[in-house]
Amino acid sequence: MHEMSLAEGIRDIVWDQSRLHGFARVTVLRLEIGRFAGVEKPALEFAFDVVMRGSPAEGARLEMIDLPGRALCYDCRMTVEIADRFDPCPLCGSGRLLPAGGDEMRIKDMEVA
Amino acid sequence: MCTVCGCSDLVTADGKVMTHDEAHRLGLAHSHARAFPSEAVSLPFPHVQATAAPHHGNRHHYGTGPAGVSVPGMSQARLIEVETSILAKNDAIAAANRRVLKALGVLALNLVSSPGSGKTTLLCRTIEELGDVPLAVIEGDQQTSADADRIRATGARAIQINTGKGCHLDAQMVGHAIDDLRPRPNSYLFIENVGNLVCPAAFDLGEDAKVAILSVTEGEDKPLKYPDMFTAAQLAILTKLDLAPHCDADLAAYEANLRRVNPAIHVLRLSTRSGEGMQDWLDWLRARLAEKAA
Repeated sequence: MHEMSLAEGIRDIVWDQSRLHGFARVTVLRLEIGRFAGVEKPALEFAFDVVMRGSPAEGARLEMIDLPGRALCYDCRMTVEIADRFDPCPLCGSGRLLPAGGDEMRIKDMEVA
Repeated sequence: MCTVCGCSDLVTADGKVMTHDEAHRLGLAHSHARAFPSEAVSLPFPHVQATAAPHHGNRHHYGTGPAGVSVPGMSQARLIEVETSILAKNDAIAAANRRVLKALGVLALNLVSSPGSGKTTLLCRTIEELGDVPLAVIEGDQQTSADADRIRATGARAIQINTGKGCHLDAQMVGHAIDDLRPRPNSYLFIENVGNLVCPAAFDLGEDAKVAILSVTEGEDKPLKYPDMFTAAQLAILTKLDLAPHCDADLAAYEANLRRVNPAIHVLRLSTRSGEGMQDWLDWLRARLAEKAA
């Protein structure tokens, strides 16, 4: 989707954190990415390498942690975990589900030096 | 922190509590909890934001990005818990836009679709039908001011944002455009996003609702192919209804697929050419504006 913009968002946060905590270099950066976030991981890895140049996170290892997709079922009114956007409700079989989670895109933590 | 005078406190303006920056953006009289920095004392009121977008006239350009700034740091290996959304900066600016629009009673709609679905044509027709109701338009495209020119030909106020290589509008671009447009109280603000069914879904602009435009020539399965956008939208408008018989469009299948990705979505069918369905759309707009102004 817009992995370059996401990488720029990460770079802004890296700079903010480096000012806040006074570190010079990020060695590992961990992201949590929801299954429905629409993030193309190889594209984000590529954008990350390019965008971080000249920032404290230049050369940092990028780790991505998958978070499950969650949806609200309109029929049994339960929040359920689903693997695919169009999977039926695992409890009642209904196809009327509204995503209720799994669109997360956040920086969990970073190892700094 | 207020980007005009450096004051960080909440203020009361026009009976409402807001941040200092928002009071400036709304052009409301307010008191200062502490003294201005000396260099800002003589600023006229209301004054221009210090961080205005690069622009001339009523076009904003975002084709070139700024370089980072260098900051020295101390060295010590450790783990820092961040737990921050990658889009946190955008979301914070969107929240500020939303507060400004709420204080003014402005109904902001983010019109999203693929290129060529008829967003600008629908907007021009809507502006004509709404008559004397005050409104403003923000047009987003990679290049050209063609759409804003079309909107201005109707007599409405419009700002064109060119995103350059960007594939979506973000909250900061829209915030700067709102500052320049200064929407009138109890008016409509239409934001025509870049024609793209993928990226604009993720970027909150501070709008009241996303309205997805889907023309009947695009294929019944489009909501299934691009579910994020139709999930994020409150209203879907099936446009070019007059063409439906010529391209064997199955309107019931369009609606079924929209509801499959978003069971709560409201669907309208409309043709700007014949005028069919326009009244339902205008009724929806007026009802939402009345809710916002209340």
